[in-house]
Amino acid sequence: MLNHCFLCRNEDLKEMLESNKESLKLEAMKRIVGLIAKGKNASELFPAVVKNVASKNIELKKLVYVYLVRYAEEQQDLALLSISTFQRALKDPNQLIRASALRVLSSIRVPIIVPIMMLAIKEAATDLSPYVRKTAAHAIQKLYSLDPDQKEHLIEVIEKLLKDKSTLVAGSVVMAFEEVCPDRIDLIHKNYRKLCNLLVDVEEWGQVVIIHMLTRYARTQFVSPWREDAVFDENSEKTFYDSEEERRVDQSKPYIMDPDHRLLLRNTKPLLQSRNTAVVMAVSQLYWHLSPKHELSVITKSLVRLLRSHREVQYIVLQNIATMSIQRKGMFEPFMKSFYVRSTDATHIKTLKLEILTNLANEANISTILRELQTYVKSQDKAFVAATIQAIGRCATNISEVTDTCLNGLVLLLSNRDETVVAESVVVIKKLLQTQPSQHSDIIKHMAKLFDNITVPMARASILWLMGEYCEHVPKIAPDVLRKMAKTFTSEEDIVKLQTVNLAAKLYLSNSKQTKLLTQYILNLGKYDQNYDIRDRTRFIRQLIVPNEKSGALSRYARRILMAPKPAPVLQSAFKDRDRFQLGTLSHTLNSQSNGYLELSDWPAVAPDQSVRIVEVVEPLFLCVFNSNRKQKNGNAVKGESRSENESASESSLSESSSESGSESGSEFDSDSDSGTGQKKNTKSKPVMNLCCILICMCNIWHPFLNITYLPPQIIQKALLLIIITKLFSIHIVLSFSNQFVASCRCSLLRLCVFLACQFDAVSWHVRVSLQASFPVFVPETSHELLHRMTGKGLSAQYRFTRQPCIYGNSMVSLQLTLSNSSDQALENIHISEKSSTGQNIHHFNAIGELHTWTCGSVLFSFSTKEDEFSVSIQPAVGELLVPITMTEADFTKEKLTWCQKANQPIHFCVCISRFAGKTVGSGCLVLVSVALKDPDAGITINTEKTVMASMLLRQVKITLTNSGP
Amino acid sequence: MIHSLFLVNASGDIFLEKHWKSVVSRSVCDYFFEAVERATEPENVPPVIPTPHHCLINVLRQRVYFVAVIQSEVPPLFVIEFLHRVVDTFQDYFGVCTEAAVKDNVVVVYELLEEMLDNGFPLATESNILKELIKPPTILRTVVNTITGSTNVGEQLPTGQLSVVPWRRTGVKYTNNEAYFDVVEEIDAIIDKSGSTITAEIQGVIDACVKLTGMPDLTLSFMNPRLLDDVSFHPCVRFKRWEAERILSFVPPDGNFRLLSYHVSSQNLVAIPVYVKHNISFREGSSQGRFELTLGPKQTMGKAVESVLVSSQLPRGVLNANLSPSQGTYTFDPVTKLLSWDVGKINPQKLPSLKGSMSLQTGASKPDENPTINLQFKIQQLAVSGLKVNRLDMYGEKYKPFKGIKYMTKAGKFQVRT
Repeated sequence: MLNHCFLCRNEDLKEMLESNKESLKLEAMKRIVGLIAKGKNASELFPAVVKNVASKNIELKKLVYVYLVRYAEEQQDLALLSISTFQRALKDPNQLIRASALRVLSSIRVPIIVPIMMLAIKEAATDLSPYVRKTAAHAIQKLYSLDPDQKEHLIEVIEKLLKDKSTLVAGSVVMAFEEVCPDRIDLIHKNYRKLCNLLVDVEEWGQVVIIHMLTRYARTQFVSPWREDAVFDENSEKTFYDSEEERRVDQSKPYIMDPDHRLLLRNTKPLLQSRNTAVVMAVSQLYWHLSPKHELSVITKSLVRLLRSHREVQYIVLQNIATMSIQRKGMFEPFMKSFYVRSTDATHIKTLKLEILTNLANEANISTILRELQTYVKSQDKAFVAATIQAIGRCATNISEVTDTCLNGLVLLLSNRDETVVAESVVVIKKLLQTQPSQHSDIIKHMAKLFDNITVPMARASILWLMGEYCEHVPKIAPDVLRKMAKTFTSEEDIVKLQTVNLAAKLYLSNSKQTKLLTQYILNLGKYDQNYDIRDRTRFIRQLIVPNEKSGALSRYARRILMAPKPAPVLQSAFKDRDRFQLGTLSHTLNSQSNGYLELSDWPAVAPDQSVRIVEVVEPLFLCVFNSNRKQKNGNAVKGESRSENESASESSLSESSSESGSESGSEFDSDSDSGTGQKKNTKSKPVMNLCCILICMCNIWHPFLNITYLPPQIIQKALLLIIITKLFSIHIVLSFSNQFVASCRCSLLRLCVFLACQFDAVSWHVRVSLQASFPVFVPETSHELLHRMTGKGLSAQYRFTRQPCIYGNSMVSLQLTLSNSSDQALENIHISEKSSTGQNIHHFNAIGELHTWTCGSVLFSFSTKEDEFSVSIQPAVGELLVPITMTEADFTKEKLTWCQKANQPIHFCVCISRFAGKTVGSGCLVLVSVALKDPDAGITINTEKTVMASMLLRQVKITLTNSGP
Repeated sequence: MIHSLFLVNASGDIFLEKHWKSVVSRSVCDYFFEAVERATEPENVPPVIPTPHHCLINVLRQRVYFVAVIQSEVPPLFVIEFLHRVVDTFQDYFGVCTEAAVKDNVVVVYELLEEMLDNGFPLATESNILKELIKPPTILRTVVNTITGSTNVGEQLPTGQLSVVPWRRTGVKYTNNEAYFDVVEEIDAIIDKSGSTITAEIQGVIDACVKLTGMPDLTLSFMNPRLLDDVSFHPCVRFKRWEAERILSFVPPDGNFRLLSYHVSSQNLVAIPVYVKHNISFREGSSQGRFELTLGPKQTMGKAVESVLVSSQLPRGVLNANLSPSQGTYTFDPVTKLLSWDVGKINPQKLPSLKGSMSLQTGASKPDENPTINLQFKIQQLAVSGLKVNRLDMYGEKYKPFKGIKYMTKAGKFQVRT
């Protein structure tokens, strides 16, 4: 009847699906999805549903997809009807439709369509939309699980997608890599640095997968950083070094961390602040497995923070902390109180916290921990109380100072009303007594008295074992206990029976006069017991202790066999052996290897070739600025080449003009923005990127200082115009050309290097000595962020002090700005807007000089694009405002005396004695820095007339020296 | 990764299933039911349950178990975090995530799950993106949809998905532009018998409700950022800026979100705003026990302590409690032995107290443990750590938003041992 009803209902659903009205169809599909959700079978509607796969209504279509994916495996033939629709949809201009078509197509688990899927994946992997490429990465795993034979082809696709620069794709493709070919570590080499750098911007789920993969990777590629402080964990030390010899070799040369290793650690560290607990855990395990031991402490706080999260999160995190705390107590000791148990915690959380508290116990904190454990013993949760008693036992064995205290406490618990508490105490006391039995015969007697009241088999067995083992200490009581046992033998549990037989045998050997008959009786009872084990044991014991002609030599040693001193059990953490698994994995949680677990390899003794990770410059477009050869006196231009990742037909046209360039037309500077609006018809063709490529040719330089050219790019409509204007010389050559080439990268990435000159206040200052400016010895390569791409809506800017003399005047400091466009749209008309702050002048791209005073106040200006304006500020370090000058030693001392303004401060770790003479760029005022080594301290002296600057400089020098010191 | 998902209610019925790979029979949940049976309380069900071929990872939220079926190695936290994210999304969409809500919106739930996972790997979990893909059901929209035949499903890929700010949708427009920030601090503490603090910590969050037009770029600075010992951010916060200047700079998601959660360093002494005087005793031999409880304010910086709720799990031997509160109401459940006393506001002049006797099972021995007392309370307009927001600035948009900051201190896991 019910079945009939169901069929009837399906009939009307079928009717609805076949009607012409969209709303009816939708209603029917909604009801069908409801059926699927409840787990009801709706497979017979397949033909009716599949007809609607090409529906225009997107919701209807999606619901049909849901249905298809669910039932396609069961109705393979009918499912094939829908394939052509997907193939069509794969070419849809809308990226969302392309992606969902691929998702569904790859989810249909029908082996026949494997070739179609393969083709679709290959095509989607080169799609313009990163979203579609992400879907392709997911499809790889689906296809692999459907047909593992496709592995080779899929690896090719993975290899291609690994090169992808989109943060959207990175996580998914690494996931596919882990599933399909986790052993092909060679595919990672070239992408390692990119992945490290992208990591922060990848979506959180992708981060987890990438971090786990990189952990594995790093363990195969770098040498162990755990060398110097291997003392820290004596236990695991042996496993890291196979032989003494090897170790000595290792220690002979100081360990230097591979920069790539450092890169990984550095780039993952901010992720500890993630809100996603899985990410935090992933980073923690990465640090645990990869970082030098002394850097490990950074993860502690974050892990403890996770304990505030949901119950389930706590459970996993506590498990991992338990494993960590065995090896490294110190890490979590300051946070001990975070592991105190609350009465509202779930039982498994309580036991884990107890485990950690026990692991953390040491001589210093044991009294606090024991006091805490005492309160737990009174808890209502008896399973937890039992665990607490075991924990007390472990503390007692591990820390000998408190053994007696613990033992006394446990004996008190023997009079507890709760049976489980007593039983657990007995078992723990038994283990404790084994360490020093002779002193505790009164405890054994006490337990013998309790024997009648204890019914828990394990506890009874434990007492019996104690009696037997130490029967010499309680010669009167033990036979009596045996007598009682003889009476109740048949009604006891197996484990108790076994121990009774044991006790009988031991007493027979030590005190045969009193117990001979009792033993005989018990052995006879045991002989006819129902349990095999007990019968076996009885037979064995009888042969062993009762001498007869057959027993031979063995019975002579019976006493030595049975009464041998037994080593005390070591009470160990249940988490002792869990460190064989990578932390944070399912296998670690279950403590058994789960399907698909990838072993973490040991560190290699010798690091594999580092150069495999070196990637050629992969900027799709960049602008090179070349210093012209200073020796060249005439107009020989040096040409920078624009390189791109892919082959690019870069045509360079060179045009020379004195002050302005003719605008090159013919290139379109519209970015290819595929925002899914469907305006792009030609999806098949390779993405065409219009790039404006700028090659800068350097003019010959007349002035020795002016070897740096200044590039003001002004993008006016469709061409790029470069104008170079200089105040002093007008000999610069401007080259501009635009060219068009094909690249696989969709984003038009425009990177411009601009030398920006800041002019500083040209107050003429009387320079006392004629000083010759010299060239800086060291120019740092690091650039500082000026405008983040998030703030700048795609436009990002970095600046760096080039420490080169400025072409615009001796009182300016040159600054290199790197602008890059990371959005997918063209940014037009980038310029420095007029709205500049007071007193500081900037030489604009298009040559508008402004002023800057010497002060360390920041340079404020703002970037404008066509639509937006971004304010930025540069706060230069004082040192950047100085120009080194050459000076004789005599002059140096003389000058030093002239200027009494000096600041002196001792610092530690100075490297050598050095002097530095310089002048401020703006005002040309003399600055002398001398660093003198006075063992063990050193003094920095700064002589200048500007007090404020002196103190600022002093501070910076001090910081730098302290940081760079050994 | 995640193979299938089953939603199980408190009575052990599977009321929703979803498979992302091939179908796993629902009989796999039998292992889960076994575990539920073994556990005395719903909370005691282990989160990870191994079975011969699969592994079940479950979370419990609002009396619904979300059971994920796993077939191969995966970080368990990955699954747990995702399941919680699913629940959060449902809450965001339907207000609550109960069995009834899921059953009423089963189609939307299915569409959501479809978007959130592809082949078991998370695809879109940002609420802002999901809301563009699948619009949340509202009564108005349902009516409009039935008339016009339009759908709840977006046709375009949300722009956020591809942009550098995936958490924010584009084209946000409001007539009233407002940004509210709630600084909520919770005190976790264990107070021992004598009233001294065993452990106390402050955990705080800043929850935001931002309704601003366009792409605003906000910065939030604190008077005393040094207080924050350990922080975790919403992905929108620029980490470098925080590292360098201790300023929160971010392009906010649209709507409600948790901007920051932090931990105040444990070196600082925590002001405990409430004290509890208690006298709970059972006499050996008699079937009566005494119960006395008085609450009083302590270090509240002049603010009133409100919504005070006392709860305590009395020992199993207690049959009934006969108590009289000086204010508020109390209930005692003789089955679960849970005593709860809704105090309300603490008046410093007249301290609330709860006195009376408990009747014990006759013949049963005296319970050997005194119950712990769990306390809940709220203090408005106070951040107990002393954290203060300095200023909130907005860049990138021209209008002037309405800004508001609210402080609140609450009891977290606040326990008094007796």
